[in-house]
Amino acid sequence: MLLLALDTATPAVTVALHDGERVLASSGEVDARRHGELLLVAVDRVLGEAGRPLREVTALVVGTGPGPYTGLRVGLATAQAIGAARGLPVYGLCTLDGLAYATGLGEPFVVAADARRKEVYWARYADFRTRTSGPAVDRPGELPAEVAALPAAGAGARLYPEFFPGLRADLPEHVAAGALAALAAERLAAGEELPPPRPRYLRRPDAKVPTGYKAVTRG
Amino acid sequence: MADEPLVLGIETSCDETGVGVVRGHTLLADAVASSVDDHARYGGVVPEIASRAHLEEMVPTIERALAEAGVAAADLDAIAVTAGPGLAGALLVGVSAAKAYAYALGKPLYGVNHLASHICVDQLEHGPLPEPTMALLVSGGHSSLLLAPDITADVRPLGATIDDAAGEAFDKVARVLGLGFPGGPAIDRLAREGDPEAVRFPRGLTGPRDAPFDFSFSGLKTAVARWVETQRAAGVAVPVADVAASFQEAVTDVLTRKAIRACRAEGVEHLMIGGGVAANSRLRAMAEERCAAAGITLRVPRPKLCTDNGAMVAALGAEMVARNRQPSAWDLPADSSLPVTRPHVPAGHHH
Ligand SMILES: [Zn+2]
Repeated sequence: MLLLALDTATPAVTVALHDGERVLASSGEVDARRHGELLLVAVDRVLGEAGRPLREVTALVVGTGPGPYTGLRVGLATAQAIGAARGLPVYGLCTLDGLAYATGLGEPFVVAADARRKEVYWARYADFRTRTSGPAVDRPGELPAEVAALPAAGAGARLYPEFFPGLRADLPEHVAAGALAALAAERLAAGEELPPPRPRYLRRPDAKVPTGYKAVTRG
Repeated sequence: MADEPLVLGIETSCDETGVGVVRGHTLLADAVASSVDDHARYGGVVPEIASRAHLEEMVPTIERALAEAGVAAADLDAIAVTAGPGLAGALLVGVSAAKAYAYALGKPLYGVNHLASHICVDQLEHGPLPEPTMALLVSGGHSSLLLAPDITADVRPLGATIDDAAGEAFDKVARVLGLGFPGGPAIDRLAREGDPEAVRFPRGLTGPRDAPFDFSFSGLKTAVARWVETQRAAGVAVPVADVAASFQEAVTDVLTRKAIRACRAEGVEHLMIGGGVAANSRLRAMAEERCAAAGITLRVPRPKLCTDNGAMVAALGAEMVARNRQPSAWDLPADSSLPVTRPHVPAGHHH
């Protein structure tokens, strides 16, 4: 097994190569505006560092969000196109599950990512492998009180500490592809079938027609 | 010829997910998945709806194009993609997929300019582009006059719309007349039964002191709306076909007049018309008439190649390969305002 994992659903552009036992190489850069420019360069670098060519990869794992849409789609389009070009399976895992897995916590907790517009994407876990509710998108003040009181990980919790009294600054802020890959490897080894790479938008699209688009050929 | 470059092109700058395959100047496949129906009730293209549709259709459309062309991905010489201009989020889906696809196949990548592609597509219809070529590009997103001495390296903007694009004016007038979105085909159809001289609508920017090659359609749109409202307020039935024909006549009159004037000013003997509005039957007829009278050779691709499609991107990509232009790098960005003066984005030439 050689898994290439990537996630662009948070401000982090993260890539990892995993052989079923351990992470061979990984990369994580935080730049919310340059997912499209950074991702493939990072894939190339990670493969190079691990000394394994792309043709040895057996499957791809990509974070399906929830996350800001434009960045989220960079990872999904990239994974799907690599999968199509090389005839490889592409699996999609919830980005919050990857973050949860990285906490290693054995007790209930909540993961919250920044959803912008004063909202968070959140999910509740019984332990680092088991999601019990979510993912959902809400204003941080509108989370069920018993969820908001749990130990909390993620950039969404850090952004609104007043609503997440259990915030644990020692837990990860963004997802890391290494954790996503490890989670996928574990589930695949257990004979589980992983879901296809479908984006989790959670919100309907803003149905707004832009004005001023015609100016593209001037200046 | 078998040694001409075999190129796959990806286009996602607006609401069409287009993938084309060409060999040199020969069209092998032109697969398009359109989300236009999803936008109809909003009266225009909704970027987020377009981007979501692109992601869903991207890989299936690539596979459909390859099957249609009867070629294997491994045999491609290069992958080309629209790097801009266009809707940022929509472009990014195509650019991400194209980069990944090229990388995974070990093929060179060419990020190309959407507007230059609209011009270059005519090579699939009428063979090599004369150099220089004058191009009139008219669609819902752009209206410009471009001089192209070398479509891979030298494209010069002579003029463009200062307000609405021509296609946008069609959409807005169609809305005034209750004809739905997109407006172009509906107005074209209806205008055939109308009198183009029924109402004399204004021709924007055609005065002696106006910019000779710029366009303005916003005043025309307002004039049509006002005329229709006046009729309705007076309780008179609006002669919809006559209004459509008269509006269309005003648009095509200005477009063709300025295009021919640009050819004369630059001493260019070839005019190509591209973009979605080039599918308009009156524009094609009037351009033919006026070009013939002026001694200018007119080239207009078939309607399906005028609207946004992947074949046009592949056509420009193939020309880049044929002329040994430098490929793009893996950090190629989607550039929503890529200037028309940059037909492609070679490695190290952004930021
Ligand atoms: Zn176009």
